[in-house]
Amino acid sequence: MGKTLYQKVWEAHTVGTLPDGRTQLFIATHYVHEVTSPQAFAMLRENGLPVLHPERTFATVDHIIPTDDQREPFADERAQKMISALRSNCQEAGIRFFDLPSGQQGIVHMIGPELGISQPGMTIVCGDSHTATHGAVGAVAMGIGSTQVRDVLATQTLAFSPLRVRQVRVEGRLHPGVTAKDVALHIIRKLGAQGGLGYAYEFAGSVVEQMDMDGRFTLCNLAIEGAARCGYVNPDETTFAYLKGRPYVPQGADWDTAIKRWRSFASDADAVYDDIVRIEAADIEPTVTWGTSPDMSVNISAVLPELSQATSDEQKRAWQAAYEYMKFTPGEQIKGKKVDVVFIGSCTNGRMQDFRAVAPLLKGQHVASGVRALAVPGSQMTAKMCEDEGIADIFRQAGFEWRLPGCSMCLAMNPDKLVGDQLCASTSNRNFKGRQGSPAGRTLLMSPLMAVATAVTGCISDPREIFPDTQP
Amino acid sequence: MSATLHPIDKIVGKAVPVPGANMDTDRIIPARFLKCVTFDELAGKMFYDERFNADGTSKGHPIDAPQYAGAAIIIGGENFGCGSSREHAPQAIKRSGIRAVVAESFAEIFFGNASGIGLPCVCVSAADLAVINTGLAEHSEAEWTLDLRTMQFANGAASYPIYMPNEPREAFLTGRWDAVTELMNATARVEELARALPAPGYTPPNHAC
Repeated sequence: MGKTLYQKVWEAHTVGTLPDGRTQLFIATHYVHEVTSPQAFAMLRENGLPVLHPERTFATVDHIIPTDDQREPFADERAQKMISALRSNCQEAGIRFFDLPSGQQGIVHMIGPELGISQPGMTIVCGDSHTATHGAVGAVAMGIGSTQVRDVLATQTLAFSPLRVRQVRVEGRLHPGVTAKDVALHIIRKLGAQGGLGYAYEFAGSVVEQMDMDGRFTLCNLAIEGAARCGYVNPDETTFAYLKGRPYVPQGADWDTAIKRWRSFASDADAVYDDIVRIEAADIEPTVTWGTSPDMSVNISAVLPELSQATSDEQKRAWQAAYEYMKFTPGEQIKGKKVDVVFIGSCTNGRMQDFRAVAPLLKGQHVASGVRALAVPGSQMTAKMCEDEGIADIFRQAGFEWRLPGCSMCLAMNPDKLVGDQLCASTSNRNFKGRQGSPAGRTLLMSPLMAVATAVTGCISDPREIFPDTQP
Repeated sequence: MSATLHPIDKIVGKAVPVPGANMDTDRIIPARFLKCVTFDELAGKMFYDERFNADGTSKGHPIDAPQYAGAAIIIGGENFGCGSSREHAPQAIKRSGIRAVVAESFAEIFFGNASGIGLPCVCVSAADLAVINTGLAEHSEAEWTLDLRTMQFANGAASYPIYMPNEPREAFLTGRWDAVTELMNATARVEELARALPAPGYTPPNHAC
């Protein structure tokens, strides 16, 4: 009987069984950032414990840094304290820190793959739920809390119970104008924001096989928004082509050995899954969320659902509360809603292909008056490539604020925040109440393609109508 | 590392409803409260924006209603604790005096974080949850007993079965919920794996291939 990638990685990293029955799992790669690690380092100090394998932990700063002026000291003293704490913790422990002057700083879920630190067949953890992103290279990657960060620093292991594995097959051919983000939002709507509880998601099928790596990162990033703690794609030629030559992957003869080893982790053809879900690519339209949970979304051309369409009382109450918060009405069109802010960036959609795909469409266009538009490359390496390729200038000339790398307006821990009940077209990952920094702020999640169309018109737009030549 | 064990088998106290599916950790503790290098400032901040208006006045959340004052148990909905992995969420709950959460289901990361700090999260069926919430509205000051040995959540004569996977339950009952002591016991095997499993290694750009 064949095995899934999840099972193979789990077995390869098993240390043993703990007295309570949980598995002690070896962690191949660990990332830390400034928000969820200082407490862990403090706990180590309290207990006089050293960092056991500093060469397997990598650090960067992303959540709290300003994206306009990154000169220190930051205006926000608390932010300054957090970056300073990370700096001294890493120095003390001998952990490599991709600091601001390194040219390799950025959102942790972007720089890990960009530097080739995240590799197939690894267990990867970080004190951040979007660690699921790294699964796109064929790894088992999971978000953890700060006490678990302490456990990894002290022991290079964690206590886990295994997840079940659900294969999500996306089959067929995507319509023009439909991107990885739309695929992910569609899956979350179909299966529910709680649908993946207890599961790891293996994304497969012809659409995923043909998807580029940046699309796969988007897809795996959003696994957690469907409650799957990790999502992954089996490593294939696309994965290896992406990783080749990156600074932290093996080189020369070692590269060939590595590929052979990585390939062996891919799920077997006769692997047995706990569940299989088939999604038809032809059913997926450009998708936008309208509520306060990522599963509250509609196709761009659809009207918002009536409360009577809810499948349970619980869902009906949730929709009702969401309508109240969002100031929308059942039955109305989402298309045409005037927006105040457009945000392109985050660990979901702040990657090279996200910017490359929309830059040609934006050329010669301009952000609508009254709209504040932010474009935030997720890492210094991506920012540099955008400059080199002229993409940054296209965004600037179109009236976007082209900002410095960081998490920016995804999560309200830096100065980039919504004000009052502003409506924001956002390529990020969460439309939770207050997520973008104002307790009344309203977030509509969408692809970079729809966000650019929306920036140009000033209202929620179908990219296929604004850019008729749109290709997938 | 101290090996003192702290078994948790029973939580007794008042319960407070925090209803709704997909109660995300941004709502449990808004991001602005995460700008700290310790968890010390989180006491009293749980569900802050759910409870207070921008001017600091109360929104009338059950947590702040006098009849639920001093509650030890939160009654939540489906997929409680979804979203961000911030341990600040269970820390804020625990540091605000809550000692257990009962809900229809829990997000994985939240459940793991809560378990690791000694905050048991147990599931009840949707049907029982509805009955519990009705009972809670009628008898808000009632004392509840959450028993991890009998796996029952009871209020006087009324008792509801609760669910928790065996491993964390065993960890609570034996006091081994803080895993680090156990994790430090397998040094030889960990080092064996550290040698066998490649770590990401930097190769200088001028490396001769």
